[in-house]
Amino acid sequence: MKQFNKKNFGWLIFIAAIYILIQVGTATGIINAFYEITLMTILINVILATGLNLIIGFSGQFSLGHAGFMAIGAYCTGVISIKYPTVLGLMGGLLLGIAIASLVALLVGIPTLRLKGDYLAIATLGVAEIIRIVILNMNDITNGAAGLSGIPFIANWQITFAFIVISLIVIMNYIKSSPGRATISIREDEIAAESMGINTTKYKIIAFVLGAASAAIAGGLHASYFSVIRPADFTFMKSVDILIIVVFGGLGSMTGSVVAAIVLGILNVYLQPFGQLRMIIYSVALVAIMVFRPSGLLGTKEFTISGLLDRKSKKKSMKEGEAE
Amino acid sequence: MSLLEVKQLTKNFGGLSAVSMVNMQLEDNELVGLIGPNGAGKTTLFNLLTGVYEPTEGVIDLEVDGKKTSLIKQKTYAITSMGLGRTFQNIRLFKDLTVLENVLIGMHEKNKVGTIASIFRTPAYYAAEEKMRIEALELLKLFNLETKVAELAKNLPYGEQRRLEIVRALATKPKILFLDEPAAGMNPQETASLTSLIRQIQKEFKITILLIEHDMSLVMDVCERIYVLEYGRMIAHGTPDEIKTNEAVIKAYLGGE
Amino acid sequence: MEAFLQQLINGLSLGSIYALIALGYTMVYGIIKLINFAHGDIYMVGAFVGYTAINTLHLSFFPALILSMVFCAILGVAIERIAYKPLRNATRVAALITAIGMSYLLQNGMIYLVGSETRAFPQVIKNKVYEFAGLQVSQTQIMIFATTIILMLALQLIVQKTKMGKAMRAVSTDADAARLMGINVDNVISFTFALGSSLAGAAGVLVGLYYNSIEPMMGYAPGLKAFIAAVLGGIGIIPGAMFGGFAIGIIETLVSGYGGSLIKDAVVYLILIIILIFKPSGLLGKNVKEKV
Repeated sequence: MKQFNKKNFGWLIFIAAIYILIQVGTATGIINAFYEITLMTILINVILATGLNLIIGFSGQFSLGHAGFMAIGAYCTGVISIKYPTVLGLMGGLLLGIAIASLVALLVGIPTLRLKGDYLAIATLGVAEIIRIVILNMNDITNGAAGLSGIPFIANWQITFAFIVISLIVIMNYIKSSPGRATISIREDEIAAESMGINTTKYKIIAFVLGAASAAIAGGLHASYFSVIRPADFTFMKSVDILIIVVFGGLGSMTGSVVAAIVLGILNVYLQPFGQLRMIIYSVALVAIMVFRPSGLLGTKEFTISGLLDRKSKKKSMKEGEAE
Repeated sequence: MSLLEVKQLTKNFGGLSAVSMVNMQLEDNELVGLIGPNGAGKTTLFNLLTGVYEPTEGVIDLEVDGKKTSLIKQKTYAITSMGLGRTFQNIRLFKDLTVLENVLIGMHEKNKVGTIASIFRTPAYYAAEEKMRIEALELLKLFNLETKVAELAKNLPYGEQRRLEIVRALATKPKILFLDEPAAGMNPQETASLTSLIRQIQKEFKITILLIEHDMSLVMDVCERIYVLEYGRMIAHGTPDEIKTNEAVIKAYLGGE
Repeated sequence: MEAFLQQLINGLSLGSIYALIALGYTMVYGIIKLINFAHGDIYMVGAFVGYTAINTLHLSFFPALILSMVFCAILGVAIERIAYKPLRNATRVAALITAIGMSYLLQNGMIYLVGSETRAFPQVIKNKVYEFAGLQVSQTQIMIFATTIILMLALQLIVQKTKMGKAMRAVSTDADAARLMGINVDNVISFTFALGSSLAGAAGVLVGLYYNSIEPMMGYAPGLKAFIAAVLGGIGIIPGAMFGGFAIGIIETLVSGYGGSLIKDAVVYLILIIILIFKPSGLLGKNVKEKV
């Protein structure tokens, strides 16, 4: 197959190498039970951040409601897998979460995605809060403010890793395609994009729905791994946490989102011993990073296997370097 | 009918009438100029025709597949896919994307690959991408931009940015191309080469071009017919020679009684 | 009907507080297009300054109010100069994250200083309740409402009649043009932060009186509500913030008054979204179309 070229093979090796690295880490006990929680948090945050980056960094639509879609995924998975405590139950819950989150994103997106900038941000914030309040009031299913506990432990880091690979392939394939370019053109200049014949509403909604679906997956995995979820886990603060990862990594750089999720996750471990001072250091660091590097760690740069190969083979002809 | 028919087109902003009672016809395969002093409403007229603004009153009909289709209340993107392409007076390229990507985005609508096909990288996706790439490179070559395909649009010199805007608009396969002051900010040599380029495009692509320009000599040189706007009203219409001697036009440009 | 009027009175008091906070949001947004997320926390700091002034310094209500306003004004200006000024030309999102960082810093700094437990706010005003045609109005409510109205009038006076107010309006219309006209834009922005923050400080003291309790995270929810109030009325428009604040306060008390206390926030958000969809620039705002 012509499509399965050197580049794809390179990615396969790269992904396998990371997987093996984590496997060795857990097997030898370097990644102990405590670090595994950090690992899971990082992995889940990677899914959340790349999904939100698709919405904010690529389609240019400012959403502050990511936690709402995460909550939908978490509760669907929680409810279903309590009933069917098997891997199949987990998958069923995730699928239901994806379906409902996508549907809500679609219904909400059609009217609100016409809004610009801060107005959209505040509308999506409102949507997420409404989702949370609805969950809070559906006592029979969601157990209200107390939340769901005793969700069977099914998700592990291997399953989560597989979902990261899937969601990254979906997102990267999307943004590196014609519909993806159409989506990015909205970020660049919406009026010019319309004048190029691009149905901007449609592509904003596609990005929004894809982002919401990935947030639902992350929420479901979160519920299944941590076993306890409460509506208070999915407030505006959670959306902000994800936004921070995205901006810290660089809006418009998926690599940045992945790196930022890892860096912030590890930073969190190192800040643990500081107790009370932890959040103060974190917030000062946040302000300092934004003041000194407002475009984030990576700006809009991406890590690519072909880039790596190019560097190794010392500037072969650049002409075909862009070829897919 | 004509390719594009505009009747009694009016746009009021609050109490101000930016365009009022404008009539205009564009036929197949011609090069038409639209001139007028600053603030005459030329760009507003473009924005009305392309659906960026909604007219207060009036008729805009486009011939689509032999049928008369109203463009009133249509979305800009729909109007573009029916065959109206445009450039912008104040260059609106996708600055942080490459030259090639800018053109590919223009081609998107006419070479639609589904989202699902793209995500799963079906053979249809690869075929469409390849076809678009080849077409885009051909277009860029025509405009001497083929060596700059990988460059970011914002890094191009000014004249090339203007050219890229035209390429990008052509990529949408328009039947009518609106050029909004393509020679703005160019020196005389650049303007001259642009003039011949515009003529060449019109011949080669067999499309209709409506050209807004300040530079009277450019318009007189290339256009077969000219429309003249002043204070939102169409004050004259005719061949370049007729316009040159039209009293209302002379008055609008030179002032006087 | 009586119950309705009673809720209306309660709503006006709550609305006054939202309106005072919303004014700061709207002025800052109007001038530098930044959602100053730390603003709700400045209000929290204001409450704690008032608490300290009354409890430790044994001041009475008005001196405590003034002290709190002055302290918050200085704090607001300091935050602007240190954290926001360097980001004036950065992306909007970067500035927003910085504001969120400042918000976290104020919350956690306060927790570090005083602990996270809730404290009782000293009741310096006699809690007399007036009955009038079956309606109850407490002394505190009157005090809150009166203080709010006075502060708003003062603000209108400053914005409309003083030279600085004129400069503020100029900068919010076009900062570059204002700079060319010889206006010191940096000073105007600092002054805007000072004004907005002092109003938030006043709101903090008033809310301490009204609810009788304060804690370091108290700024989060009202901060968000006040921001929504500003958007509802038309962000960047001073009367819009007042209107939005009162509207949200009244809607909230009415919804909870009729048994919907669990969904009152959802109702507020729903109304916000509906208004944004039909009139994105807010109830008192003008729709501006991008020039092409």
